[in-house]
Amino acid sequence: MRGFGFRLEPRSDLPKWLPWAVPVGSFLAALVVGAIVLGVTGQNPFSVYARIVDRAFLSEGAFSGTLVSATPLLFTGLCAAVAFRIGFFNIGGEGQFVMGAIFGSGIALKLGADVPGVFAVAAMVVFGAVGGGLWGLIPGILKARFRTNEIITSLMLNYIAAVIATYLIFDSNSFWRELSGSGAVFPKGKVIPTVAWWPKLDLGSVIIPFGFLLGMVIAGWLSVLQRKTRFGFEMRVVGGAPTTARYAGMKPTRLIIVVAALSGALAGIGGATDIGNVRHILDPKGLQQSGFGYAGIVVAALARLNPVAVVFVAILLGGITNAGYALRGPDFPSGLVGVLQGLILFCTLGGEVLARYRITRSTRVSDVETALESA
Amino acid sequence: MEAAIAPAVAAFHVTKKFPGVIANEDVTFDVRVGEVHALLGENGAGKTTLSNILTGLYRPDSGWIEVSGEKADFQSPRDAIAAGIGMVHQHFRLIPTFSVAENIALGSAHDPIGGRFNLSEIEERILALSESFDLAVDPRAKVWQLSVGEQQRVEIIKVLYRDARVLIMDEPTAVLTPVESEVLASTLQAMARSGRSVVFISHKLGEVASIADRVTVLRDGRAVDTVTENSVTALASLMVGRDVETVKRSTEATTHRVAPDAPRVLEIDNLNALGDRGLTALDGVSLSVRAGEIVGVAGVAGNGQRELVEILAGLRRSSSGTVLVDGESLENGSTRHPIRLGVSYVPQDRMGTGLAPDLTIAENMALKKYRRPPVSRPPFIRQTVIDAEGRELMEKFDVRAPSETTPTRRLSGGNVQKVLLSREMSGDPKALVIASPTQGLDVGAVATVHQLLLDASASGVGILLVSEDLDEVLALSHRIAVIYEGRILDVIDRDDADVHRIGLLMGGEMEESA
Repeated sequence: MRGFGFRLEPRSDLPKWLPWAVPVGSFLAALVVGAIVLGVTGQNPFSVYARIVDRAFLSEGAFSGTLVSATPLLFTGLCAAVAFRIGFFNIGGEGQFVMGAIFGSGIALKLGADVPGVFAVAAMVVFGAVGGGLWGLIPGILKARFRTNEIITSLMLNYIAAVIATYLIFDSNSFWRELSGSGAVFPKGKVIPTVAWWPKLDLGSVIIPFGFLLGMVIAGWLSVLQRKTRFGFEMRVVGGAPTTARYAGMKPTRLIIVVAALSGALAGIGGATDIGNVRHILDPKGLQQSGFGYAGIVVAALARLNPVAVVFVAILLGGITNAGYALRGPDFPSGLVGVLQGLILFCTLGGEVLARYRITRSTRVSDVETALESA
Repeated sequence: MEAAIAPAVAAFHVTKKFPGVIANEDVTFDVRVGEVHALLGENGAGKTTLSNILTGLYRPDSGWIEVSGEKADFQSPRDAIAAGIGMVHQHFRLIPTFSVAENIALGSAHDPIGGRFNLSEIEERILALSESFDLAVDPRAKVWQLSVGEQQRVEIIKVLYRDARVLIMDEPTAVLTPVESEVLASTLQAMARSGRSVVFISHKLGEVASIADRVTVLRDGRAVDTVTENSVTALASLMVGRDVETVKRSTEATTHRVAPDAPRVLEIDNLNALGDRGLTALDGVSLSVRAGEIVGVAGVAGNGQRELVEILAGLRRSSSGTVLVDGESLENGSTRHPIRLGVSYVPQDRMGTGLAPDLTIAENMALKKYRRPPVSRPPFIRQTVIDAEGRELMEKFDVRAPSETTPTRRLSGGNVQKVLLSREMSGDPKALVIASPTQGLDVGAVATVHQLLLDASASGVGILLVSEDLDEVLALSHRIAVIYEGRILDVIDRDDADVHRIGLLMGGEMEESA
């Protein structure tokens, strides 16, 4: 303890502007650090950032592409936001997303080409939610019943989900796998019938995929759920003060299970949108490379777990991702987007600590001990 | 003092203040070489602070410590250990997955940083120590496999292993069974005979009287006296510090009489329960509270009070026995049922159990009625109703805060308690269970809280008041139940209350002719 000259002291008051200043400041800090990384690697940071903004939002069709990239992030962001709100650290958005994709593509293939498109799309949403929800339920039940650490269980389930997807396409003659044509040589998934391809809303200058619209509606619904309903009230109490929740007659374990399933279902719908909007086949390699589940944690953190803010943050990060695809080439390091996202998360979490605590010089050992004992 | 040998350790005029509290004031006492010296006092008397000063965890604001006659200035616990003072804390500091030997070697002077432990050598030393002081442990056993008593022995050996000359033990018998306590007593005496000194912190009179050579009694942060007394009665009056005649009953005039035919709103019958460590915490508790009556539960902390109130609130399950609320049986372990039957509960841990610190005052006031109309209109809750009712209650209970939407974590202790009381007293409760209602509050808030409790009882609420503050219990209660080791030793009418006897009962002494 001695020789450690500085310590963190909790702030008693959080000023009103702080919730806004922290994410904005963190984002700017990430850009500054990113600029240093770019400079060191021989790039001109200003021109790189200008090109990202251009390819993400300004140039022809860029925003439509950004919305496509933002859709999975929107769902995995909501998945993390709703779970983190009650102190259930669901890191399993990745696996729940994959399970949603498996279930969503499965039902689309099962229904075939002879059903109305509306029905096929609705079924994909429901099955995606069920797939992700069941996968989220596992760490939820384990936590509520046996107090296992959900960070570890949900993380491990990500790997299991990835292996299941790989098995379905590469290691078995499963229902999902294309066995005729080129599929007989190179393993790949069956393309879902075109009736099950999700519609897009064409507004002329911008095309909004159905999945993104659905995500916006769900984000609005979650916002109302959290702020206005009895369930949301219980979520707030359980998240901030679990012992008090029990004392007030709430059932925290049941709430954790319900929220875990809800959180998983959100990521699962995200998986279904990925099939319906973009890929139209179950593509284990592609899903793994995207890492939407982990990026969703960044989204939720930057949005300070606010569902409506998740929409905007998803667009922002989706834009960076989209620009990354467009700019990838010999003069543009392909890992840059990942570096930027990582920096943003790092700065956000760091900013959060600085917002909640103030740094003071510690004077004496005994003070620290007193602070620890009274903490 | 003609003593040729300097005391093993001594404190001179030690004062230690914490914000709002004087924990130790001008404390002077000495521990002789080869004696078992008890520090006796009620909770909050300053025993633990004093031992933390002796072990270097705190530094005194004024006064000083001497070790073997030489002034010592401990900057940290490490300095105290180097000076030969070791402490066995009430809550053990062992690493469960390590073996006994590894735990003992850890952080000791023989710890070769970066080198290798010679475990067999360490184990031999442990065996030698354990034999000479009758401290049976297996050095190779993992700590998680050990019983609480064995873990304590490991802690003692850890201190001896570091060549401590003075061993300080904080409430060592609190976690032990009676048989284990007896073994411990003989161990401590053996250590004293070997020329070491033992400081033994306790509030159990009988134990202190039988083990200690000398006793220093602390009261309200001051060292009242150091005696060689082993009469339980004399120690009791020193500890409690009052004579029967001097009991203050400032609020007596406002305490109304309870109608003898008033219905029993709370009836506890032969309640048994285990504590967190799996030992018996409640042992056949029977107690009743009539409408309009305040029944005080007096006792030193850790004698089953927490378990009792938690069972009444549904936060803990009893192992047997019944609780009737206005004649209706309370479901075991349900937190909703007591709310429905009209049992209010103000916990001792107000912020951690009673309130959600990040929610607003109004929302906290609604914590127990959000499931019912008018707040609830499924699936919604009506924020406007919450806020309006919150404003009303704030005014009625005089909660001082900028507005009803202020988060409760920003409130002072007195206002926090008022928020809790406003919630628990609204909605016509039949019974109110309240634990340490004024702990940590300033004088003005104490008076307010006391008046609120008296008003509630006058309006017909039956109150079970659990408090370590004997003055408070005496001032407010119609009847006083003394709890000791999970048993109600006696229930005394306020008119017959004899502080002397209550003090004895709190220390577990039953047979005493006044």
